[in-house]
Amino acid sequence: MKVLVPGLSGRLGHMLAETLLERGHDVIGIDRRPFRDAPQGVEVHELDIRKRAAEDVFRRVRPDAVVHMATVTHLVQQSEDRYRINLGGTRAVFEHSKAYGVKHVVFVGRHTYYGAAPDAPLFHQEDEPPMGLSSFPELADLVAADLYAGSALWRYPEFTTTVLRFVYTLGTTGHGTLATFLRGSRVPTILGYDPLFQFMHEEDHVGALALTLEKRPRGVFNVAGPQPVPLSIVIKETGRTNVPLPEIVLNAALGRFGLPRLPPGALEHIKYPVTVDGAAFRAATAFRHHIDEGGAMRAYREAFPRPHA
Amino acid sequence: MGRVSPSRFDRCQATLADPMLPIHREVEERLDRLEVPFNDFGVDPYGISKKYIGVFMSALRPFYRTYFSCESYGLEHVPKRGRAMLIGNHSGGTALDGLMVIASCFFELDPPRIAQGMAEKFLNTLPFASQITSRLGHLTGLPEHAERLLSDERLLMVFPEGARGTAKLYKERYSLVNFGTGFMRLAMKMKTPIVPLAFLGGGEAIPTVMNAYRLGKLFGVPYIPITPWIVAFPLPAKLEVHFSEPMFFEGTGSEEDDLIQANVEKVKDRIAGLIELGRRRRKGEP
Repeated sequence: MKVLVPGLSGRLGHMLAETLLERGHDVIGIDRRPFRDAPQGVEVHELDIRKRAAEDVFRRVRPDAVVHMATVTHLVQQSEDRYRINLGGTRAVFEHSKAYGVKHVVFVGRHTYYGAAPDAPLFHQEDEPPMGLSSFPELADLVAADLYAGSALWRYPEFTTTVLRFVYTLGTTGHGTLATFLRGSRVPTILGYDPLFQFMHEEDHVGALALTLEKRPRGVFNVAGPQPVPLSIVIKETGRTNVPLPEIVLNAALGRFGLPRLPPGALEHIKYPVTVDGAAFRAATAFRHHIDEGGAMRAYREAFPRPHA
Repeated sequence: MGRVSPSRFDRCQATLADPMLPIHREVEERLDRLEVPFNDFGVDPYGISKKYIGVFMSALRPFYRTYFSCESYGLEHVPKRGRAMLIGNHSGGTALDGLMVIASCFFELDPPRIAQGMAEKFLNTLPFASQITSRLGHLTGLPEHAERLLSDERLLMVFPEGARGTAKLYKERYSLVNFGTGFMRLAMKMKTPIVPLAFLGGGEAIPTVMNAYRLGKLFGVPYIPITPWIVAFPLPAKLEVHFSEPMFFEGTGSEEDDLIQANVEKVKDRIAGLIELGRRRRKGEP
């Protein structure tokens, strides 16, 4: 099977490429970033998915399946550009897929779609609306991209669409929002709040993607691995130091003292949990995670030991 | 200003994020017999922490056993395993009733069980309250949470009088205010037995003469109870929890209001009967 992967040059993309090669697929990537040391059998086009040349790749390659990983999440990167990549890029992927006879399109989304709020339930199900936008408007493009991808289910009946909402990744690559948040030796938290965090190891993340290509489930699915864990335990088990600060102090300190500059809504994500119910995906694909929460935290700690100042 | 050494931060973390208060021997022994799926870090999928339960129960134990010498009756009616809903009355005196029912299920049942309450929504917005209620298993009162816990065969504790019930004044302590119907629809939909319970003595322990609603607003809570000695510190009144036989209600939970209301009245009558019996005994009547 020929699998085209926009966003292949990311760390998860590298792992996905290897997994797909092992299973005997051809892997074609489109990414603005270079793919260093591409293994044999992986063809990478260094270009923007929204550009004309990307369409040429679809036309020439005629992929059987597309895994769309080219969305940007960095909460810190606030720009018009991010909006355009996430929305324009997603639209281009679906339109080219229709035009060039792709049979299966997988959108790789995020569980933060549901948003964090004091009155939000634990373990969201796929039919719940996104509730976090009023407090965290910066999530709008990711939510819109997710909903747009979901609309392909009725817009393009000629191919199978799978929208996946993945929990955070935590493991050896250090990829992802949670892993970035934990990078320093001290991790700021909000005094009096200790939300559950749900994450899975990258190997399981990539395993779930490969399984999706194999089983082709149609619809929107949360993808979760092991049970969630309170943030304080994540910090402790990854060898970091928890620095609980009153909310007012943390708000004032953001962007100073080496702390990242975060939009105010991002703080909701360290006050309240976003957890999802992955039962529908497990039922559709028989997915089982292989690395539990302890294993994922250990893997991260070993790959990124506590930095010494 | 000198740099704060990591070790001081570590100690600070230990006290704030990791309660290190002593855990009573009896509590420790019961913790190990809880049938809650704790992971390697002592946390269950809902965030219930073995350590927090240990500290909390150790702090609650002297109040339950000695200060209020709380008596539990009819414990055989609480299922040992599987889903069930404890439906009780508020007897005034804020959350004392909930605390004693939780203690009763932990200290008297065999194996011990965690009665999971449904926390008022405002609690999750407050620092510490948010953290502590979630670590003790009292999730925000949402229908999604109740259904999920029941389908996971947990023991749910509901006071259908809601905040109207905790606001009862001393003179109203044996009365029942209007019951909500949500608990009945939930029990019917989730095919869950209801264990009605009566709680007595809360009004004597915290005799509320008035509720300060405006003052409460300042602190982000619905109201603050005012007692004759101003603060709501409880007197060592005798407390009692009476559990009664489980009640089953057939249906889907989406029936007409009349039918649901009739079922609710049956539960309310059972609780009113239990209260009346207990009240007579407290007065020394036969």
